[in-house]
Formats: sequence, C-alpha cells, structure tokens
Amino acid sequence: MKFSEQWLREWVNPNIGSQELMDQITMAGLEVDGFEAVAGEFSGVVVGEVISVAPHPDADKLRVCQVSNGEQTVQVVCGAPNVRHGLKVPFAEVGAVLPGNFKIKKAKLRGQPSEGMLCSESELGLSDNHDGLMELPEDAPVGQPVVDYLKLNDITIDVDLTPNRSDCLSIKGLAREVGVLNSLVTNAPSIPHVEAEHSEVPDIRVEAPEGCPRYLGRVLRNVNLQAETPLWMQEKLRRSGIRSIDAAVDVTNYVMLELGQPMHAFDRDEIKGGIVVRMAGSGEKLVLLDGQEVELTPETLVIADHEKPVAIAGVMGGEHSGVSEKTRDLVLESAFFDPITLAGKARQYGLHTDASHRFERGVDYEQARDAMERATGLLMAIVGGEPGEIVEVASKEHLPKARVIDLREQRLADVLGLRIDRTTVEEILSRLGLHIDKLLKDGWRISVPSFRPDISIEEDLIEEVGRIFGYNNLPVTEPTGSLGLRAREEAVRPLSAVRNFFVAQGYQEAVTYSFVDPKVQQLVDPEREGIALANPISSDLSVMRTTLWSGLLKTVGYNQNRQQPRIRLFETGLRFVQDADGISQQPMLAGVVVGNQNPENWVNGRRTTDFFDVKGELESLFRLLGIEVDFIASQHPALHPGQTAELLRDGEHVGWLGALHPQVQKNLELNGTILMFELFLNSIVAGYVPNFKDISKFPEVRRDLAIIIGSDVAFAQVEHVARKHAGEHLTALRVFDVYEGESLGEGNRSLALSLFWQHPERTLNEDEVHSLFNGVIDALKEELGATLRS
Amino acid sequence: MENLEQLVQDGLNAVEKADNLQALDQIRVEYLGKKGVITQQAKTLGKLSAEERPAAGQKINEAKGQVEQAINARRADLEKAAIEARLAAESIDVTLPGRGQDLGGLHPVTRTLQRIEEIFARAGYSVEQGPEIEDDYHNFEALNIPGHHPARAMHDTFYFNPGTLLRTHTSPVQIRTMEAGKPPFRMICPGRVYRCDSDMTHTPMFHQVEGLLVEKNVSFADLKSTVEEFLRVFFERDLKVRFRPSYFPFTEPSAEVDIEWGREPDGSIKWLEVMGCGMVHPKVFEYCGIDSEEYRGFAFGLGVERLAMLRYGVKDLRMFFENDLRFLRQFR
Repeated sequence: MKFSEQWLREWVNPNIGSQELMDQITMAGLEVDGFEAVAGEFSGVVVGEVISVAPHPDADKLRVCQVSNGEQTVQVVCGAPNVRHGLKVPFAEVGAVLPGNFKIKKAKLRGQPSEGMLCSESELGLSDNHDGLMELPEDAPVGQPVVDYLKLNDITIDVDLTPNRSDCLSIKGLAREVGVLNSLVTNAPSIPHVEAEHSEVPDIRVEAPEGCPRYLGRVLRNVNLQAETPLWMQEKLRRSGIRSIDAAVDVTNYVMLELGQPMHAFDRDEIKGGIVVRMAGSGEKLVLLDGQEVELTPETLVIADHEKPVAIAGVMGGEHSGVSEKTRDLVLESAFFDPITLAGKARQYGLHTDASHRFERGVDYEQARDAMERATGLLMAIVGGEPGEIVEVASKEHLPKARVIDLREQRLADVLGLRIDRTTVEEILSRLGLHIDKLLKDGWRISVPSFRPDISIEEDLIEEVGRIFGYNNLPVTEPTGSLGLRAREEAVRPLSAVRNFFVAQGYQEAVTYSFVDPKVQQLVDPEREGIALANPISSDLSVMRTTLWSGLLKTVGYNQNRQQPRIRLFETGLRFVQDADGISQQPMLAGVVVGNQNPENWVNGRRTTDFFDVKGELESLFRLLGIEVDFIASQHPALHPGQTAELLRDGEHVGWLGALHPQVQKNLELNGTILMFELFLNSIVAGYVPNFKDISKFPEVRRDLAIIIGSDVAFAQVEHVARKHAGEHLTALRVFDVYEGESLGEGNRSLALSLFWQHPERTLNEDEVHSLFNGVIDALKEELGATLRS
Repeated sequence: MENLEQLVQDGLNAVEKADNLQALDQIRVEYLGKKGVITQQAKTLGKLSAEERPAAGQKINEAKGQVEQAINARRADLEKAAIEARLAAESIDVTLPGRGQDLGGLHPVTRTLQRIEEIFARAGYSVEQGPEIEDDYHNFEALNIPGHHPARAMHDTFYFNPGTLLRTHTSPVQIRTMEAGKPPFRMICPGRVYRCDSDMTHTPMFHQVEGLLVEKNVSFADLKSTVEEFLRVFFERDLKVRFRPSYFPFTEPSAEVDIEWGREPDGSIKWLEVMGCGMVHPKVFEYCGIDSEEYRGFAFGLGVERLAMLRYGVKDLRMFFENDLRFLRQFR
C-alpha cells in the first residue's frame, strides 16, 4: 500500500524524521518497500495569477501573458491551450530551477520577451500530465511558493503488507500502529451523522447473507458531478498512487484509503427496482467498469438490481450502472463481504482491485456505517445534493463472531523466552485496541476488536506483544534438549561420498531443472511419458524428467556451444514416473561424458573417452560402495545398440551405461561420442560391513593362457565358464590382452587370461594347479568352442 | 711364492683397469673364485712342510684379502659412478605439468547445502527428505494455509491437477517428519522447491533448507540464538542480525531475519533479508497430532541460492541452473 507521509502525520505525528519513521514501521512488521518524493526537486516556483492574455503577433499557438507574482507583473509567453485570464498557475520565475536542473532565464520567444514560465504538472514532477498548465484553485494565495502551498515536502511510502495485516490497509490503521510504537494518541477526523433531507431509501435485499453479512445503502439526490474534486483530495489520492476520476469515485477511494472500507457509487437511475445481493446465475454476463465483459460463475457474489447484475461484489462495479458526469442521483454502497466468499474471485476474472485486495483479507466488519457517513459528508461538500437515510441490512448470524481470548502470563513468558512486566503488556495491548475485559489470576481476558480479523488465538496475542516489545529486545538463549545419539548405518554410504568420488574422477556436478523439454525427453526416453505440468512456465520446461539425461544432455549442448569440448558431468536428484500405483519419485545418479579421457597433456592426452573408461569408473564406484554389479549387453532406445549395458545387482536392474545413439545425438545437435549412465541411487548405496578373513601365508600361483574364440562370445561367458572350472581356490581372473586380426580368421578374437590360485592353509602343488588349469582350458574348448592360441 | 706377489700385483692392476661392475666381477672370479688363480695357490700348500704351511697359508690369505679389498673399493667407486650416471640420465624438468585426470567439482548449491547440513548436524539435527511432487494437504493445508487463504497468492504454485503440485517450499517435510515420529524433533530438510516465476531474480526451481526443533521447553529466544549462530558460523563473521516481525501461516510469532550487509549511502546499516522463522503454529501441531500445551517448537527456512550468492559473490541467480562449466569450475 502506498500512502503520503503527511497524511499519516495528520493522524499521528511522532517527533522523528521520515527515515526513522519508516524504520520503525518496518520493524513493527509492516515492511517499507521504498519511498519517493511526491514531486520533482524545484525552486523559485510561486503561485502566479494570469492578469491578461494577448495573442502573439508572430505565432498562432503562443500567447503573451501578463503574470503577477503578487508583488510585480511580468510578461510571459505561453503556449498552453488552457491559459486564460484570472487563472492561478505554478509560475516559475526567472532564476527558478525545475526538475532536471532546468534553469529559467529571461528569454525571447519569436521576438517577444518572456520572463519566466507557467508550469504543467509534469514540469514539476507531479505527474506525467503535460496536457496543459496545472490549474490551482481560485483561492490559492498569489506569491506563495508552490512547494509550501501544495505541501510538497512529502514522500510517498510504499509498505509491503503481509496478508494478515488488512487492518493496516488504511491511514487509520497505519496511524494506530505508529501511535502504539510512539505511545501517542491518534487524531481521527470527527465523522458527524448526516441527517436525511428526503425520505427516499434504496430497496435492498440480501439473498446471500453468508457472503454479505452487512450491506448499507443511501440515496444522494441532485448531485453535481461536474464539480471538481478539491486539489487537496486529488493530491492525497495521487500520493497514494490513485488517479483522480470524478468526485464520486475520488471520495469512495479517499474513504477506502482513510478508513480501509472500500465503497461503491451507483447511478440510481440505472438500478432497476432495487438492490439484490445474491450469487450469480450461471451464464449471467456483466460489462465491468474497465470495459471487459465477463461471464459470471455461480460461486460469484454479485450486486444486482431486479433485472441483472450491476457489480461483482467487492471487486468491481459494472460499466452501465457506474456514475458519470450526467448522473443526478446516486446510491452509495458500504458493505462487509465475507473474505472466504470473495477469496480468489477477482483473480478468477483476471482482476485485482484495491477493493478486492481489502475484502479478501478482511475489512473491519463494524465500520461500514462510519464510512458511509464519512463519504456522504465529503461528497456533499463537493457535489452538493440531498442525502436520504442509510438503510442497513445485516445478518448477525453471518457476521464474524466477537472473539474473546485469554492470554496467560506464563505462556507469554514461555513462548517469548522472557517475562515482560504486566504494565508493559497491558499498555501494548490497550494501544493496539485490544480491550482487556478482565484481569485473570494468571493473565488477561481480551476482546479482539473488529478491525483485527487476524487475531484469533493466544499465540496471535503473544506475537502482538512480542512484536511491539521488539523481537530484538528479547533475550538470546541456547536451546536445551536431549543429547541422544542417532542411528547410522555403516553399510550405507552417504551421498556425499558418491559425489566426491565423481569429483575425483574429474566430473563436474550439475543441477538442472526437474521439468524438461518434452521433445528432448521423447528422444532419450521414448517409452515413457513425462508427467505434465498444468501451468508450465514455458513449453521447454513443461514435463517432469523421467531421466536425468534430459537435463544433462541439454547442458552438454549448452557447453559445447561455448567452446567446451571436454565435458564430464554428473547429477543426483529425483526422476518422476507415473506408474500403476501413482507417481513414483526416485533418486537417481546420472552422468554424461564426452571428449578426451584426460585433459590434453604433453605425452598422450588426446584419447577420447570410451565405454570402458566409464565402465572402469563405475566399477571403482561399486567397489567404493561395496557392491557387485553385472554389466549385461542389452538394448536401450537412446543408446548405441552395440554399446549398451544394463546394470544388474543380484539380478535386479540398477541402471544403464552406454553410448548415446548416433541418431539421437544428431537430433539433439550434439558433438562427439557421448557416454552416459544412470543408476538408481537407492539400489546401490547399501553395501556391506567388512568382515575380516585370515591372510594366506602360502604362495599364490599364476597361469596364463590365450584362446581364440568367436567374437560373439562375451567375455562374461568366458569368465563364467573359467570360474566354474577353476575350483574354490581361484583368487583372481584377469584379462591382459584382447586382439582381433585377420590372422585369427573372420569373426574371431583372441583373449589372454591370467588365473591366480592360492590356498589358505597350504602350498598348492604343481599337479593340482595343472589339473585345474587344464580343466579350465578343456571347458573353454568344449563349452565355448575356444582353441588355444599357439 | 714370488709368483703369489706377481699374481697380487696383476690382480690389483686388473682391478684398477676394470671400468664396469661386470668386468670387476670377472676379475673377482678369475683371482678369488673357487678356481681363481690366487685361490689355486692354496693347493701348493700341500707340498710344504707342516712348519712352513701356516706362514704360507697366511700369505695366501693376505694376498686374497689385498685383492678383495681392492675389488670392493673399486666396486664401491663403480657403483657410485653408475648411480651418478643414472641420476644424470634420469633428470627431468619437474616444472612440466603433471598428467592424468583433472579434478571435477561440486555444484555451488551442493557445496552450500553440504556446509549447512554439516553445521546443523553437529548440533544434533537430522537431515530429512520429502517428495517434490506434493499433495495440497502437506504443502498448504496442514501448514495452516487453507484453500481460500490469501497466503496462497504468495506462492506461485505449479500444479499437475487441483490436488497435486510441486512443493513450493520445504515446509511440508516438517509435517511429514512430525507425522511419522514422536517429539522431540531436531531436523533440517534441504531440497528443491518450485515457484511459477521466472525473471532476473527468480528461477522456477531453487533450493531451500527447512529447520525444525520441537522440545518441551523452547522459546523464541532459543530460535534467535540458533538463527544468529547459524548465520555467523555460515558467513564466518560476527555480523549483526535482526529479527523483523513478519507473517507465515505456519508460525506464530513469525519473523524475517535480516543480516548486516555493508552500508547504505547515508552510512546506515544495509540490511539484507536472508531467512524466515517463527514458533510453530499451534494449528500445525494439531494437524500433526502433537499437543501444543506440552510441546513447543521453532521452524526456520532459508534460500540456499541466496546464501550462496552472498557467500561467493554470484550476482545472477540464473547462472546456478545454466551449468556453464566456466561457472561451475569456480567452486571446486
């Protein structure tokens, strides 16, 4: 909410400067977002009077005026269309400095001397209005500096109110707070009752009392809406960020700003039959004041006449029933609309108005009558007219209930961590308008006023006391509590260990958005449909990722486009999959690698990373985690059909490793061979707790063999057969050479293996080893068709 | 026996001439080996009388010793020379860069999160996780934000359908933790959160850390110390902290936390908002089946990117999610 500091100070005027005032408001929980001067910086501008106006001999659009500053009259050439005899205007005399350091000097305009300048609002930094001269009231004292006359030594303060503090959406409420903070009484304007001058009353029927527990109407006849809103009111509105429209709208806005009660004025002639407050009928239409036509939904509370809706209650009036210059008779509305009924309604129609903002947060449900009297008085002072009686329709049963809350002294001390003395507590409560009904043995019984809908439980009162006492005046103490130890599973490695592993392997961690481009995801995970957001921020961030590859591959592209040929990235985070049981959110670990395996160096640093480099890294990771994982040749739609491994742990799928399919790579416009993996984190982090075994004191025996075998026989099969026949004392099996060449014949390759045996309790003898070794060779020959390489 | 002297002299000459270890060894074999010429002299002893034998034997031994000593000395010299030659040959330019894998790095958000987790873990806080696709109940209702509440407007929520959404804060994990256990509680929840907002200072995804402490006797004063200490430990500075009354539906009283961050042009302290906090609202306890007369609690929440930006001097929030390697590498 924006407001003028001067206006606030009319209500309560603490002896502190503007900055201190704003700091104080901020520290009371009404955060000041900013402030700005209400006018540009200028000097030497006084109230001037145009004594005479004559045509310029050499220019059609210019006029030669005689302008008085109260002491002397000078000649000023002026081009504004509204300059006329007798007009009071801001007059920048010779020597004046206008905003933007614009100095006024003696000049000649088309040959005519001009000593000064008559100013528009925009020239003084008051508004953007430069249609003509700013017209000052007839009674403006000639010669008085405009800064003093318009009280421009003022700032507009913008407070960013939290949704609970609807009571501060008015000068009255803000003044109350400032009064409490400075122990000052506020000066509210007196609001006299306006006596009826005729007997016409509006016919009001409230059919939806739960949405509108209170509705007041009053007829004001024979008004002159051509009368202009006085400058002081226009200025207060302007300084509160509201443009002056006409007297009726200005006064309702003024009362809303002053007291916090939104109001509305209807043209009585456009209200057919009477006012009905009801829920909208399905399909009813209404053209609003802003010109847009809306189709109303049945949950919308409307003000209607006997024929049709004339306003969305508490949001915006209709165009048709609105007041205009020609309106002679008005119906003024002042009501209490239920916040829950109004919640979200403005938004539903794409609106957010000052009225809806207040009603949704809750206005003072006892203030409608005061506001009506205030508005009537202010309006009649401008537009005249004859007021009628106020008609009030209220449903006590639907009005908010009076709230009485007990505040316990002990509870107050327990929650705040400090016992505040009773007098201070009582002083704070009373100044906030919280009425102490009764002193209790251990506290206070408090009636909450109608303007504080946010206070409904004891904690709310505790907050009020703490807030005004000052959070920063409360002590600082260390929490106490049990020091019990927490369970910590040794077999489960923390995620940080996994991350650090990849960092040590040269991977940079990425954090990509959880929602991705469906087109990219379709390429890397075509068999799964991503869960779509109903309201995505953009189409390329519109479905939840089913694989972390979607974001990582996009990141590869981003970096390749920025001269980064060597990329090693990993990410951890959830993937989101819709399955039969609902949505499953699974923690994943994924990586992508492209470019040289090592940073280029001075010996041999240009070898491109291949499948086995990344596989080796994953094997190391699995050793770190203490788990065994099998890599099985398999197929994945996003991966190269000849370079894809499915990862199994005890037969259970734990992830994928492979090279990105060249076609997908082309579609994604990426370069190089991209290796990628993705693992289910929960399936791999639990390993084992080590269990010591005696170290054998006896020598280890090694035997090597080289076989020629069909290239279609996987090493895993060779290893499986070899291990099966190598006996229980085989300690290791390694491949030390893989060779394919013409000499071996088409479709063959050679594998060189070394086998290691060791017995825990004795030395293995030559015969035993020999027989096991031969057994392995025979099995490889028989089961896999291998031949020994000579 | 003149012959022996001559043999020794020959041996010593040969040793002198030996210019490598192999040659030297050959000389040793030639003179001192089993069939070596000096060793062979021992066979002549048999021809001598018993009286002459000891003296002659001693002479032979002396002769052996003489040659052996020379060989050893020569060997030491040659070995030394060999090592020196090897050292000279093996000298390298140690200023050339090392080879091998480069080091990667953690994302600055992770780095910051790990630091925050570590700070709180030392004070006995557990680290909890929760789903990111949340239901309306845990994200809003149980946090005392019913459907019509104006505070919902403060959360620009991503929806899948009216009851399912992307969590807008990590606060639902408070609820889930309290639902699943029994007080006391002392936990933090780090994680991703989502708001339908994207501009210079907002990204549609960011990270928060939620904290919750529930004990029989805990007060706003305890909250103050926890938050103040955390900020000082995190920034490793004795900075000024202030608590500004604010509003969150799930805490009462509620405060926003500002830290001192430089000076305004007029010399006054420049305050920066970094956290929100408050005492757990009784309504939230009620939703979780905890008696608010018996237990009280405090909760706090902070934006991780915000703290990372302040800590590392990052100026544009969006850089965290572009994952430009030139940005990421600065945090390893």
